[in-house]
Amino acid sequence: MDNSITQTEPLMPHETIVHEPHEHVFIPQHRHHFETEEQQREAGSFGMWLFLLTEIMFFGGLFFSYLLYRNWYYDAFVPASNFLSVQLGGANTAILITSGFFMALAVWAAEMRKKQFLIWTLVLTMVFGWAFIGIKGVEWHDEWVHHHIPGAAFDISEFVSPSAHGITDQKPIPPDMAQHCQIFFFLYFGMTGMHALHMLIGLGLLLWLLWRAWRGDFTAGYVAPIENFALYWHFVDIIWLFLFPLLYLINRHPLAH
Amino acid sequence: MDHVAHQHEEQHYHDPANVTNPEHASHHIVTPAVYGMVYATLLAFTILTIFAADWNLGVFNPVVALAIACTKAVVVILFFMHVKYQSNLIKMTVASGFFTFIVLITMTLSDYISRAWGLW
Repeated sequence: MDNSITQTEPLMPHETIVHEPHEHVFIPQHRHHFETEEQQREAGSFGMWLFLLTEIMFFGGLFFSYLLYRNWYYDAFVPASNFLSVQLGGANTAILITSGFFMALAVWAAEMRKKQFLIWTLVLTMVFGWAFIGIKGVEWHDEWVHHHIPGAAFDISEFVSPSAHGITDQKPIPPDMAQHCQIFFFLYFGMTGMHALHMLIGLGLLLWLLWRAWRGDFTAGYVAPIENFALYWHFVDIIWLFLFPLLYLINRHPLAH
Repeated sequence: MDHVAHQHEEQHYHDPANVTNPEHASHHIVTPAVYGMVYATLLAFTILTIFAADWNLGVFNPVVALAIACTKAVVVILFFMHVKYQSNLIKMTVASGFFTFIVLITMTLSDYISRAWGLW
């Protein structure tokens, strides 16, 4: 039996079959290993989205913990959640959406090569981002003052006897259940804290992008860093769009059971 | 022309599928008008969700709140994050991420719900 390998076709990998002449456009940001600039751009977006998917899983774990513990300690989650200020939370939602709007405009400015407009939209993105952090700080300080930080100094009295603290719209809960309010605040500080950390990282990156935008890096056809940062910034927005109703809003009409 | 000479020197192999692939042939620039409409929509839904929380809808309060949040998230993903104008590769990537997240939630919840099955 003849085991020798016979070549039946010309041995040509597909890369070498076609080598037709075609035009190369040389632009500084186009890396050698990408065929076209569009391919490079898509590869960048693809990579950024893969990173954001890991972030969905990261925050997803926190959201899932919230779902489970809210089911377990519903009676504690209701008054703890209703302590939060809907006014401040709602204002912060609007502020964050505004910040995202300016970031979206920044991408347009970079695409249209409008340097001044790009710089101003990045500055406004940062201003509204810091405003969000500022209001968040006011809220955290409120909770600090009321001893709502989980731990040894946690004070259950507002939940055990709300009327004694001038809270008229919340029903009193037993002390052992009131201890579980700590779990709500643990998750609240964990989720809003991780969200704020993402924003602070974003605000740091914005400073760097602003400097590069001022240098003119992104208004000569190279918009990828602005575009990919915008994806990150909008993603952080989306996390808050879920945190706001889940932490602030959904417990205002507790179920009787 | 220095770069033309360089081009002939190097062995540059091309996969024509990458050069002519219609998937990433065009690039769409979203206009400020579209961003403005998205911004107004997001603000309107924020006001709506705050008012909806004041109405006593019973078990549907969280459902309505999450439905509004999902609507806002989809608007952000499609327009602010340009997914509407991206290639099928990006669309599938985004969709697969959320799909995987739903699978994980469902599986973990099934475990949680069935732990004490028949013991009550």
